[in-house]
Amino acid sequence: MIKTKDLAFSYQGKVNFNFPDIQIENGETLLITGGSGKGKTTLLHLLGGLLRPKKGSILIDETSIATLSDKKLDQFRGKNIGLVLQQSHFVEAFSVLENISMASWLATGKKSEEKAKSLLKQLDLEDQMHKLTSQLSIGQQQRVSIARALINEPKLLLADEPTSSLDDENAFKVADLLSSLSKEYKASLIIVTHDQRLKDRFSNQISL
Amino acid sequence: MITKLAWKNIWFKPLNTVLSVILLTASVAIISLLILLQEQFEKQFSSNIDGVDVVLGAQGSPLQLILSSVYQVDAPTGNISYDDAKIWMKHPFVKSAIPLAFGDNYRGFKIVGTTPEYLEKFGGKVISGKIFDKNLEVVVGSEIAKKLNIKVGDKFFGSHGDALEGEVHEEFEYVVSGIASQTGKVVDNLILSNIQSVWQMHDNHEHSEAEENPDHGEEGHMHFEGDEQEHHDHETHPENTASVSENGKEITAVLIKFRNKMGFVTWPRLVAQNTKMQAASPAVEINRLFSLFGIGLEALQYLAYGIMLISGISIFIALYNTLKERKYEFALLRVSGASRLQLLSLVLFESILLCFTGFILGTIVGRIALVLISSTTDEQYKMTFDPFAFVWEKEGILFIVTIFVGILAALIPAVKAYRLNISKTLANA
Repeated sequence: MIKTKDLAFSYQGKVNFNFPDIQIENGETLLITGGSGKGKTTLLHLLGGLLRPKKGSILIDETSIATLSDKKLDQFRGKNIGLVLQQSHFVEAFSVLENISMASWLATGKKSEEKAKSLLKQLDLEDQMHKLTSQLSIGQQQRVSIARALINEPKLLLADEPTSSLDDENAFKVADLLSSLSKEYKASLIIVTHDQRLKDRFSNQISL
Repeated sequence: MITKLAWKNIWFKPLNTVLSVILLTASVAIISLLILLQEQFEKQFSSNIDGVDVVLGAQGSPLQLILSSVYQVDAPTGNISYDDAKIWMKHPFVKSAIPLAFGDNYRGFKIVGTTPEYLEKFGGKVISGKIFDKNLEVVVGSEIAKKLNIKVGDKFFGSHGDALEGEVHEEFEYVVSGIASQTGKVVDNLILSNIQSVWQMHDNHEHSEAEENPDHGEEGHMHFEGDEQEHHDHETHPENTASVSENGKEITAVLIKFRNKMGFVTWPRLVAQNTKMQAASPAVEINRLFSLFGIGLEALQYLAYGIMLISGISIFIALYNTLKERKYEFALLRVSGASRLQLLSLVLFESILLCFTGFILGTIVGRIALVLISSTTDEQYKMTFDPFAFVWEKEGILFIVTIFVGILAALIPAVKAYRLNISKTLANA
């Protein structure tokens, strides 16, 4: 469950954002839309604990992440928040499987290779798992980053324009996976996008 | 996992890595080679001086006298009269005096006429057979026995001079009476006989070869008046051991040990004032030699540290350059739960791993070089170096310096990774 209250942020005191309160339950999906410059990505980074709010509170389950120390926040983020970005980045020197085990190791100290393998199977990436990530297509890369975001069974899954660089077929595939897997893992899913294809698909939306 | 990531990252961009590792390997190899050479060289040189306060020999370069008579590496300065030398050997200041006479070699190994005290001075014992007693009996050093597979009772002919190709003395045959124990000093590579053997060998040689060999009297070889051969020595030797007269005979040098410090000060001066011989101190000459070497060694060492500095810069540039491409990777690791410290240690680790690899390779390459050098010096100077010896203190310092270079090179990139702004990095993606 995610709950924000009176969230505000400013970049060096010049650009100010005030965000509407958000509340979604586990397994639910929320689409955040809005034109560029409205602070979509800023809100996502606030929710993901990558930025600290100027004021207001963010509750993920019972934890107020705005007041966590840096170190605790790093740990909390690793365990409870999964992030999917418009462009996927990976540890280039690692294979697909190692990239996912790495995310598990950083959060929990365990490599959970079996779980990573079954997740990759679920995402139809079984044959790619020993390849380098640079050898995959963009659609495949996006699915690997979904697997990476889900390996630690996070409470909150954040997606920043996850489909905008994909063709229709892959965009729908990714959207389906995001919504079905977040339900399966009982994670709240928040997608930031201006992609019309997603707007048509998810009904629960707010606009900034 | 961080170690694995660091290791994989290093080899993901192999060209940068190989350059840095090669530079590091080169510098570590040079430095560790110098450390080993210097250490073992000085040890070998110093250990051979033990028990020799001065060397009495013919006039000429004192360093040459020391090198030839103590280390057996240079040509002798010339010969001195045994009669003259005996006066000074019996001087009250002198505790012990070991005469040396050079003349022949066997397959490049010098045959030295001396007394059994010479072997004892080096702490050597006869481990099989017995010490040389009669003329033409020899005790063979342990290294020679091993290399040429010589056993007690074997017989061989010596060749004239110190060159392998010297003319063979076919008139007399040496008999191996004993094999010496291993001492790690020059005596391991010498064949020892009594002085009379050397005289006897050249006595007859002189007779047969004198007419055909006008330039025979070159320095360092035994030569004397053959017609005094009949005069027998009645003082010290029983008839059966010394069949050659001491009168008018020459030797090459005498190793002197004094009873007290007084001898050290006055005895060499007395020799210089009263005779045509010289007394040279091995300690002084070897110090002089080392200080000459020292300049060269030091210069090489500076060069090696210079290479290490360059390799440090090369690591720095490689890390710094890839930082731009890798900042997404770093941001992503942070998103996945990595702390700032983990990123800092990742970058430091990569650099330290490189340096560690370079150090290990350098240590190995340095030792391979030492083996090569050792085989050359063994051939030419009968001097070997042990590649498996470790000079823990100096090599430890070298290791610390290497790792320090690694840390220093990675410091700025590591701090940059530590301070990376994840949100900004990902937002601009």
